[in-house]
Amino acid sequence: MRSWELVRFAFGAIVAHPMRSALTSLGVVIGVAAVVMMTSIGVGASQRISGAIGSLGTNLIIVTPAFQRPGVVSQGAGAGLSLKDADAQAIAKLDGVAAVAPVVRGQAQLSADGANWNTGVQGVTPDYLVARDLALASGRMFDDRDARQGRKVMVLGPTVVRQLWGEADPIGKRVRVKTVPFEVIGVLETKGGAGFGQDQDDIALAPLSAVRSRVLGRRIRADAVQTIFVKATDASELDRVQEDVTGLIREQHHIKAGEDDDFQTQNMASILAASQAAVATFTVLLAAVAAVSLVVGGVGIMNIMLVAVTERTREIGLRMAVGARRSDILVQFALEAVALSLAGGLIGLSIGVLGAIGIAKLGQWPSAVPPWSGPLALGFSTIVGLIFGAYPSWRAARLDPIEALRRE
Amino acid sequence: MIEIAGLKKTYVMGDEQVGALAGADLGVARGEYVAVIGPSGSGKSTLMNILGGLDRPSAGSYRFEGEDVSGFTDDQLADFRRRRIGFVFQSFQLLPRLTALQNVELPMVYGGVPGAERRARAVELLERVGLGPRKNHRPTQLSGGQQQRVAIARALANRPDLLLADEPTGALDTHTSEEILKLFGELNAGGLTLVIVTHDPDVAAQARRRVAFRDGLIVADDHGKVAA
Repeated sequence: MRSWELVRFAFGAIVAHPMRSALTSLGVVIGVAAVVMMTSIGVGASQRISGAIGSLGTNLIIVTPAFQRPGVVSQGAGAGLSLKDADAQAIAKLDGVAAVAPVVRGQAQLSADGANWNTGVQGVTPDYLVARDLALASGRMFDDRDARQGRKVMVLGPTVVRQLWGEADPIGKRVRVKTVPFEVIGVLETKGGAGFGQDQDDIALAPLSAVRSRVLGRRIRADAVQTIFVKATDASELDRVQEDVTGLIREQHHIKAGEDDDFQTQNMASILAASQAAVATFTVLLAAVAAVSLVVGGVGIMNIMLVAVTERTREIGLRMAVGARRSDILVQFALEAVALSLAGGLIGLSIGVLGAIGIAKLGQWPSAVPPWSGPLALGFSTIVGLIFGAYPSWRAARLDPIEALRRE
Repeated sequence: MIEIAGLKKTYVMGDEQVGALAGADLGVARGEYVAVIGPSGSGKSTLMNILGGLDRPSAGSYRFEGEDVSGFTDDQLADFRRRRIGFVFQSFQLLPRLTALQNVELPMVYGGVPGAERRARAVELLERVGLGPRKNHRPTQLSGGQQQRVAIARALANRPDLLLADEPTGALDTHTSEEILKLFGELNAGGLTLVIVTHDPDVAAQARRRVAFRDGLIVADDHGKVAA
């Protein structure tokens, strides 16, 4: 007995009832399509989050003021502005620190040559580009001298340039913040894509002091800082640098042992890991729900296989009479169940991949059908076919040939 | 070829034990043409099932060419049926989805005969039973007599030692019955051993030996015992 002959018998029975076979497979089609789509969405979302977090800068520690005075109305992070220029300068002297970038932020209306654009203006030091992994597309970044001299210069993100001047080269042009003119000396390279729904190219950088005095005015103390970005020299240094930074600022702020920090530090690696873990959990959950439909599909196959065994009792008896072994009958029916399930798996895989690509388009993230979803889907549908085909096949193989031949 | 001794078969029907065979002894030599006759319930169908390896006796022995068939496992019985036995049933038992040719090929598929050889032999057999031009018809497109010829061709596929027929003309009219019986006569003349179970005296008359059953026992044998 050649096993491929049994495959032929199984396919013969499937194509003999095309409509019934299609409906039987439908459950597995839906189950596999759902599992493929859910895992693809999970992987796509995970990649998008990694990209977004990665685009904030690598090896990065973010220091922000802590929530203050619990019990009073919370004013949100940064409201207390416990951080100062001096903290940033002290951090810069620590080992393993590649760059330190203190930042103040304000929202302002920029105007130039009759065009207006509202954007986030950030007061930064020249090291900001290093800390945030930003690069210039043209022009130059302001340096320490520009900052010391209090020059009103700006480096703009591509979105701001496009909104104010279209395609024209903005270097050397004037842009006004309220009534104060700034000179555009550089344009940032695009960061592309959007992270967390924000356009990262919609940004204007100016020296810290200029932003404090000209954009934020009296709303901020002259040495206050809202955020300090600390870039470690190496990913392996990240945890140690984070500890050192925490110790240093506690010292700077004269915080006694046992007292709470008036600031907080977060490191990008742990933020990334936490969000990845959250997405992974979510993906597993979604896939598990989808897998339930796969089980339902399997029950459908079992049901139809039981019907088929009953319908074909005489056929089974005859096959036994002409010399089929019980194992031949078992394998024939098991193959039939697996073929039904596998066909459903293949169709479901195609639908799932197309669906995942479609959803990725809608969600505007790179379509991410993981390469293992193919083998996974086909493996799962084979297993479903085997599990749910086992009992009907066993029933077929256990039939008594005399009884079976007599059955009408 | 066949030696059975003290063959008993009892079925459990609810609380009762029903005896289908009550200790039958029979020998059949190679090349014989035996009709097993008797009223329904006499045990003749049970005898055929045991001879064909579809069923096992409750007691007694069945030897086929010296082998003790009653001790066979399921797989050994399947192989025994495939190699040694050809079955012809009253209701033809053709698979409706398959063509005449595919039906005849079926026992050879289980015998592992390669595709080309299998088809050639199936065509040859269908021509032998006069159905060459109808080899690609499905059973529903054939008359009863034609279906029974396909079934006979199928029974001959693996060159059996013994052809067992259970009321082979029971579902056929007189004319086609005669044709089928003529075919059996030819096959026996060619050296094939035949055992036919029937309650039709006309069928029994064609055989060269008649064995009569009643209540699970052989009550008459017009050839007497023949050494195997």
